[in-house]
Amino acid sequence: MREITLSQAVNEAIAEEMRRDPTVFLIGEDVAEAGTPFKVLSGLVEEFGTDRVIDTPISEPGFMGMAVGAAMTGARPIVDLMFGDFIFLIMDQLCNQAAKTHYMSGGKLTVPLVLRTNLGATRRSAAQHSQSLQALVAHIPGLKVAMPSSAYEAKGLMKTAIRDNNPVVIFEDKLMYQDKAPVPEEEYLIPFGQAHVKREGRDITLIGTSSMVQVAEKAAEMLALEGISAEVIDPRTIVPLDEKTLIESVKKTSRALVIDEGHRSYGVTAEIASRLNEKAFYHLDAPVLRMGAMDVPVPFSPALEDLTVPTPEQVAANAGRLCAGELIHAA
Amino acid sequence: MAKAASNTEAYLRMYTQMVRIRTFEDNANQLYLSAKMPGLTHMYSGEEAVAVGICEALTDEDRITSTHRGHGHCVAKGAEFKAMFCELLGKAEGYCRGKGGSMHIADQSHGNLGANAIVGGSMGIATGSALRAKLQGSDDVTVCFFGDGATAQGLMYEVMNMAALWKLPVIYACENNGYSEYTRTEEIAAGSITARAEAFGIEAHQVDGQDVLAVNDLTRKLVARARKGEGPFFIELMTYRYHGHHVGDINREYYRSKAEEKEWKDNRDPIIRFRAHLVSEGIASEEELDALNAEIEKDATDAVAYALEAAYPDASEVNMHVYAA
Repeated sequence: MREITLSQAVNEAIAEEMRRDPTVFLIGEDVAEAGTPFKVLSGLVEEFGTDRVIDTPISEPGFMGMAVGAAMTGARPIVDLMFGDFIFLIMDQLCNQAAKTHYMSGGKLTVPLVLRTNLGATRRSAAQHSQSLQALVAHIPGLKVAMPSSAYEAKGLMKTAIRDNNPVVIFEDKLMYQDKAPVPEEEYLIPFGQAHVKREGRDITLIGTSSMVQVAEKAAEMLALEGISAEVIDPRTIVPLDEKTLIESVKKTSRALVIDEGHRSYGVTAEIASRLNEKAFYHLDAPVLRMGAMDVPVPFSPALEDLTVPTPEQVAANAGRLCAGELIHAA
Repeated sequence: MAKAASNTEAYLRMYTQMVRIRTFEDNANQLYLSAKMPGLTHMYSGEEAVAVGICEALTDEDRITSTHRGHGHCVAKGAEFKAMFCELLGKAEGYCRGKGGSMHIADQSHGNLGANAIVGGSMGIATGSALRAKLQGSDDVTVCFFGDGATAQGLMYEVMNMAALWKLPVIYACENNGYSEYTRTEEIAAGSITARAEAFGIEAHQVDGQDVLAVNDLTRKLVARARKGEGPFFIELMTYRYHGHHVGDINREYYRSKAEEKEWKDNRDPIIRFRAHLVSEGIASEEELDALNAEIEKDATDAVAYALEAAYPDASEVNMHVYAA
């Protein structure tokens, strides 16, 4: 199978859906000729024109709000938010307007829009361009949240998001745009709410999101050398969350470690760990462990920044200790 | 009264719609005072000529976005009393199946994209609706209703900038009722409100919001031009709200006097003024208008009675409509 980058996969998904559905359009800062700072959208304005690939002023709440209005009245906007950190600027339009309109109108109005943005530290971009804020939006009923872990997921999830009749937020890891993965030439979609078992194992379940799937896979290889068989699962979407696959895995392995690049406290990992505790308690041989970004603003200095995100070595070490029964705190 | 092309049917319809709004609000206020309505509500009374003058210049294909003070817009855009009172009382037959209430009432069938409880929150939505019209080659126009208080929100300036850059068919209708919640507008708004729109190259007008014909006449012209791609436009409508910020805001002399309220009610009431005009022009007699009023009052009384008896939504609806299929 051919291999393409995550960036190309996103570009292909959007182009295919724009050809398929004339109501789909792109809006955001420097999406047209510039093709975004990451060049993910390069070439789209040449094919679809400036009517459907719309460059905006630097007005995130403004164009986000306009996307909500366009979506409510029959279009399918894809909003490009240059950095995930800018979600704080659009919170009212995303969480008070887009997320609630369908419910508040008793099901009469729908808001079919995609907000594509990014996450991920270690790009030396400091505290306002490095955050992973998926937990913030996953907390709000009415929003769906997808977290692609490779080019394959990025394409399939994007196509599903564009066809979904709800506001969907997609977080791409900005360090993965040049990562290649096998992506079929033929069309495919990846349904929401279906986790993917990336690697089967017996002793422990490693649940990772976005780039943390790669971290978990590397950790699993290290663990294999020590004779520990780790299962790696990618939920693909955290809202909706495929609890069933996660619970089935934990029932088999009896141990779980959840890894997400958001801050560790009050985050995605806490939610998943809690659900496993509630629904697989009697199958667990150890507490469910969480790993995430350190609870500090992301520092600029490489010497400090690299300390803040989970690494394969740390994941393997924690998984090994869980399997050895070392992390059971009996009072 | 401003002169507009004489049209008996259109005039009577404007009168009827203004009285319907006032009657709706009087009944809603009674529901609050008699503790039959959950929560609070914000009365539109006194501002009827704004909603009616504008909405009578629109078709069902044209969209509006409304505000927390939104009953007037909803009625003026064509909504019915029964489903509105049901919504205010949280009943299943309400426009939003009781899930929105007074501050989120929406009536998609008549192009009302909904009231909004975030001040200024719908400015992006209205402008986005106009962007959609332009992209799809549709000639509908969107009117964004908001109050003077909302002019302090930054979102307004972001979307007016884009609307002007892209010549979008949107009309920003600023209902300046003199008060931003419990604060006089001159204390929250520096300079001129229309000049803010003009800074973006948007043609802006100020109009007497108590004169339904003046409002309607101006809006008709602007809507026709917006349909031809000459938008956006901005209108500041000078008006007055008779009640407090909401129905519970009773003792308000610390921010405005009873004498001021009396002056507006006695001398500038949009319904009294238009009624006198209809009679003096021979369009309708006092008796005919009294009969019309009585009919509206009965319609409201019946709708309130119906809504009070109507069923609440079934408990199974609580997690319905979180996501669309």
